[in-house]
Amino acid sequence: MKPAPFRYAAAQSLEHALALKAEAGEEARFLAGGQSLIPAMNFRLAQPAMLIDLNPLDDLDYITVDNGALRIGARTRYSRVEHCAEVARWQPLLAEVLPNIAHPQIRNRGTLCGNLSNADPASELPAVMLAAGARMHAHSAGGDRWIAAADFFINLFETALQPDEMLVEIELPALPARSGTCFIEVARRPGDYAMAGVAASLTLDANGRCGSASIALCNAGPTPMAAAAAAQLLIGGVLDAEAIAAAAAQAQEEVEPNGNVHCTADYQRHLAGVLTRRALTSAAARARQGTSA
Amino acid sequence: MSDENESRAARLSRRAFMQGAVAGAAATALPAAQAQQARPGAQAGAATADAAAAQVMLNINGRSQAMRIEPTVSLLDAIRDHAGLTGSKKGCDRGQCGACTVLVNGRRINSCLSLAVMHEGDEITTIEGLEHGGRLHEVQAAFVEYDAFQCGYCTPGQICSSVAMLAEAEAGTASAATSAADLRGVLAPALSDAEIRERMSGNICRCGAYPNIVAALRAVHGKSA
Repeated sequence: MKPAPFRYAAAQSLEHALALKAEAGEEARFLAGGQSLIPAMNFRLAQPAMLIDLNPLDDLDYITVDNGALRIGARTRYSRVEHCAEVARWQPLLAEVLPNIAHPQIRNRGTLCGNLSNADPASELPAVMLAAGARMHAHSAGGDRWIAAADFFINLFETALQPDEMLVEIELPALPARSGTCFIEVARRPGDYAMAGVAASLTLDANGRCGSASIALCNAGPTPMAAAAAAQLLIGGVLDAEAIAAAAAQAQEEVEPNGNVHCTADYQRHLAGVLTRRALTSAAARARQGTSA
Repeated sequence: MSDENESRAARLSRRAFMQGAVAGAAATALPAAQAQQARPGAQAGAATADAAAAQVMLNINGRSQAMRIEPTVSLLDAIRDHAGLTGSKKGCDRGQCGACTVLVNGRRINSCLSLAVMHEGDEITTIEGLEHGGRLHEVQAAFVEYDAFQCGYCTPGQICSSVAMLAEAEAGTASAATSAADLRGVLAPALSDAEIRERMSGNICRCGAYPNIVAALRAVHGKSA
């Protein structure tokens, strides 16, 4: 399989990459790990006229922690995030989801920011960004701006990034005390895209009631789907089986699955309910134990 | 004109038409740079931002090799077709099977999902680069000893992946089969069969030699642990 011809430019610096992109606009794509882009090009689903290779930019390969808030750079590969003790400590949801992303060879190459820029709603990571309340740091030759995860994913493979912008880093807020998170999915084989998956994050207040909640699902609509009304149902209440079942039923109403060759939309909706219930049950137990994952 | 002759004439004209159409399509669809490159002796542009072939220096198995390749060439095709090292196999060509696994700077990657031009300056190791002075690498020897293959097509990828996998385990990296919490403070975890299977999940064996692959890797790991 061969992609359509394209021009190739190895970025010499972030500024160089942004200048090239400003000039080429939508004709050009940034190339990070290439684990989604290269197959998409081989299948001619993507035919960029130019690739701007970010792999030479070692300074974009970082994970920093500031008071528990994590920042992860554009060239940081999955395997580094997967095995980072600071990630497991401060945002265990991200550590928990990563082994579900394909296989070790892919995780040695693919990048988190590349995945998010690709905005595949079937991927687990956009949903995790919603549940974790991440922010995206976009740069262009003209400046930079922050975009909330909730505003970042616009549609199927479509983000809020402008043609001259690049997702340079993401920031994940520190998980507060008395929090618990959980990611759970059903896939035909480990490492495959899930038929449906749920990321949940819960924080208890001082009285042991639900102080904050977020729920997001993958492969459940044209974007990662936040089940905001379901999360709202939990707030202020006790996280018992009844409350969790009600939230799970509500989450089923909030998804818009399309079905695919492996499963019908009805089955995905069924999974959304079952998995939301399981994810919330685990997250609540972890929050009570004070072990977030 | 007999039926046979008629159909032969139809085939001929259809073939001639198809040839003309393909040539015409190629002439219009190919960018100027590539059409020029197709002519023998044509000079390619020197700029890196060019769709035409450029000089790329790849370091494969400790040997630097210059090759003229287009940016569209995958690392796997460069290794097989340009460097002539056909040990690395093309299974699915889409990152699902692991038959093309090679080591890049000691880390295992699928060479089908990487472009050769991205790897100038990297240290690439293929199955051909694992033996030393005529002696098989211990993982190669274990695959032979434990009969860890049938047809052998996935084996180069399995072995390259195994070499990196054992190094990862030695460095104390966790996997989904052992949580990071379980491993805290443990430097080199003993690999259970479940661990080996999880860590080798990127390599598919259609013959189903998995039990013997696991046995071979258990033996190598046991020796070093």
